[in-house]
Amino acid sequence: MPDLTLLETLVRIAWLAGAVAFVLGLIQMNSPATARNGNLLSAGGMAVAIVATIVFLLFRPTETGGVNVIGWVIIAAGIALGGGLGLYTARTVKMTAMPQLVSLFNAVGGGAAALIAIDDYLGLNATSTLPSLQVSVATVLDIVIGSITFTGSLIASGKLMGLKITPSKPVMIPGGQLVTGALALIVVVGAVYLWAGNLSLPVMLLILAAALVFGVTMTLPIGGADMPVVISLLNSFTGTAVAMAGFVLDNVVLIIAGALVGASGAILTRLMASAMNRSVINIMVGGFGGGEGTVAAGGPEGGTVRSIGIDDAAIQLAYAQNVIIVPGYGLAVAQAQHAVRELADQLEARGVNVNYAIHPVAGRMPGHMNVLLAEANVPYPQLREMEDINPEFERADVALVVGANDVTNPAARRAGTPVSGMPILDVDHAKSIIVVKRSMGRGYAGIDNELYVNPKTGMLFADAKQGLADLVAAVKAL
Amino acid sequence: MNAQLIHELTVLALAVFVGFEVISKVPTMLHTPLMSGTNAIHGIVIVGAILVAGVGGSGIATILGLIAVAFGAINVVGGFVVTDRMLQMFRRKPAATPAPESKPQA
Repeated sequence: MPDLTLLETLVRIAWLAGAVAFVLGLIQMNSPATARNGNLLSAGGMAVAIVATIVFLLFRPTETGGVNVIGWVIIAAGIALGGGLGLYTARTVKMTAMPQLVSLFNAVGGGAAALIAIDDYLGLNATSTLPSLQVSVATVLDIVIGSITFTGSLIASGKLMGLKITPSKPVMIPGGQLVTGALALIVVVGAVYLWAGNLSLPVMLLILAAALVFGVTMTLPIGGADMPVVISLLNSFTGTAVAMAGFVLDNVVLIIAGALVGASGAILTRLMASAMNRSVINIMVGGFGGGEGTVAAGGPEGGTVRSIGIDDAAIQLAYAQNVIIVPGYGLAVAQAQHAVRELADQLEARGVNVNYAIHPVAGRMPGHMNVLLAEANVPYPQLREMEDINPEFERADVALVVGANDVTNPAARRAGTPVSGMPILDVDHAKSIIVVKRSMGRGYAGIDNELYVNPKTGMLFADAKQGLADLVAAVKAL
Repeated sequence: MNAQLIHELTVLALAVFVGFEVISKVPTMLHTPLMSGTNAIHGIVIVGAILVAGVGGSGIATILGLIAVAFGAINVVGGFVVTDRMLQMFRRKPAATPAPESKPQA
């Protein structure tokens, strides 16, 4: 490696400082008390890295690739335009819409990574320079992964927004898997052709087009409830694409940051998939299919459902010592986060100890329910993880289930049901159970919930928001 | 294979391990801010975009550079701001004055 100029040395040290700030920032994410600082630290590292890059271009002698006026206009316009858009959306987005926004940011990140490689390839093509194998491998991987993430994340975001062209239910394209397979084949053959030492812009464009369409056909068939897995996976892809862009540009800070994000996405993907009791492959192959063929053998058929009224439920809750609230995505759909917090406030004023049991897949992205409850001013020490709270259900006088279904089904402990092996909240261990639910409808897994016919369970048939508001009023009146 | 590539692969491998080590310590409660925070971190791609856009070249390359920088900027600014907005909601005790639309910090 050649010796660096003083300027380049300083710039590389600044980039390294940025990478260190990212790691330190992520370390501080291990507790809600320090997480905000951690994020600011990462943002600071980012600022240092960006300023160093601009200084680098500013002082680089023109003959070794200095920037002309047009270049500066482009950079300034891009930062102003993108920064403004990012700032506006980030400030105005509703917390329930967080998954689609994260997905959109993910799309542009992947898109930027792909554009860098395309730009690089255009430069090589214009000067008829045959790239070395390592550059060509990184370039093609960057283009492929970045493009898949770009269109895939856009589709995922559209599904989460419930756009008409991208319905949240699985979209089955006739022969879809065949098309996806053919696209993958085009990408692989094209990549091998370029890696074999050929310089061809048309082949590169073909790969680009195939990867873009692949992102669409890969994401369209995936159902809304599988979104936490898909978003995590696409997040991991973007990280990988950014790391590849680092190889294209020989830039270590891109490699480090990309690797950190890739690892983070991979962990979350695995965690989400196992919390949903499905393999990542099964989800990506798509649709509602897989794992749901047979309805539970020895299910709760014939069990009787006990329905209870608002006043009964209010008395049970108000005279309990320990209450555990089990919120599901249905609670967020009904916009009942504030109602549930109000109920908790009322109960706490009466000396009841209230906690929330949060399943990993409650929401449309990992950890989503925690953010929604934090927004409703629920103190975070009350937000308890599954492993942490499960032993406490035995001591709970009442477990109040609102908008959660499959994640409370005791059938998961038995073999032979579609939810078998899925980690669940031990709601049935509580002394009594109240389920706020509109009807006896089934959850995503399409099976009956044995919890509802448990003799300890009282079903409070109501809309989540209205039911909780009525409970608040009834507790107040006691 | 040259020394530069080996050096970069070494960095990649170590960074992946650091990533797994650090991320697995983040509680599930914070997984949404974590994801949006790491999302902002991959906005580092803007450094690459700036380097590429600065070099210029053909008209198409210029346009692509502009889009890449803009995409990167959306990613960085939006990602960090929205993460901060989420994290400031996580409080030990409820806020004295409940303010659902608490103002975010840039």
